[in-house]
Amino acid sequence: MTDDDHVFKALADPTRRFLLDRLFVRDGRTLTELESELEMTRFGVMKHLRVLEDAGLVVARRSGREKLHFLNPVPIRLIHDRWIDKYTERRVSALAELKAELEEEMA
Amino acid sequence: MTTKTETALTTQVYRVYIKATPEAIWDAITKPEWTEKYLYESRVEYDLRPGGAYRAYPSDMMKKHAVELGYPLPPDVVADGEVIEADPPRKLVQTWRMLMDEAMAAEGYTRLTWEIEETRDGITKLTVIHELEGKPILRALVGGGMESEGAGGGWSEILSGLKTLLETGEALWG
Repeated sequence: MTDDDHVFKALADPTRRFLLDRLFVRDGRTLTELESELEMTRFGVMKHLRVLEDAGLVVARRSGREKLHFLNPVPIRLIHDRWIDKYTERRVSALAELKAELEEEMA
Repeated sequence: MTTKTETALTTQVYRVYIKATPEAIWDAITKPEWTEKYLYESRVEYDLRPGGAYRAYPSDMMKKHAVELGYPLPPDVVADGEVIEADPPRKLVQTWRMLMDEAMAAEGYTRLTWEIEETRDGITKLTVIHELEGKPILRALVGGGMESEGAGGGWSEILSGLKTLLETGEALWG
């Protein structure tokens, strides 16, 4: 698999996207913290984190006794530069805005 | 809030895998002829020993950009700091302060660590750890949160540019 394949595969799962969103809100979390937000076994969360780490989307670092998980946005940026720019970012963002507006109206 | 949690909250970690040797990456970080090709065309100066000075200078691109956006012209030195540890081509620890803007400059020095590690055949892992405790503006700046204001995409953009440059020999923009 190429680097891009790993990233797309990692993103193709709601639990993993949820974990990324949690780290976006607050970075540098322990497994225990992340686990407390999911109805899943510790082992299950570890497995998902492993996939995210393999894709480079999460970087784990030791801080004293704890292992902290950080969101690494660089692979997403690389996909952005490779794919989104190519297919006219302006048009895509206009559509994304339209969707956000429409959904807000419906809410 | 405990100190440990505070550290976690205010440190940003970025990692990129680059098809290049650790030496090439080290040069790209520390030599002006390289940085001007990916770091917003800025030339840097490193005195690579503990206590040695670090400075980054404004580029024509930055000046042009400031004029276009109606911002003040960049200062003679846009970022400065001091080398804490230099272990070529594996590890560079330095302080870093942004001088482009008064409010940013007022947040003072941050600690920046570059780790370079060869993983497998010709692929090198570059990790950037930026400690930004008590520096909300700099956190937004280097995290790319001020890109729409014309302040650049932060580390994600810089490291993507570095990767493209080393792998293709071409600048990501321009």
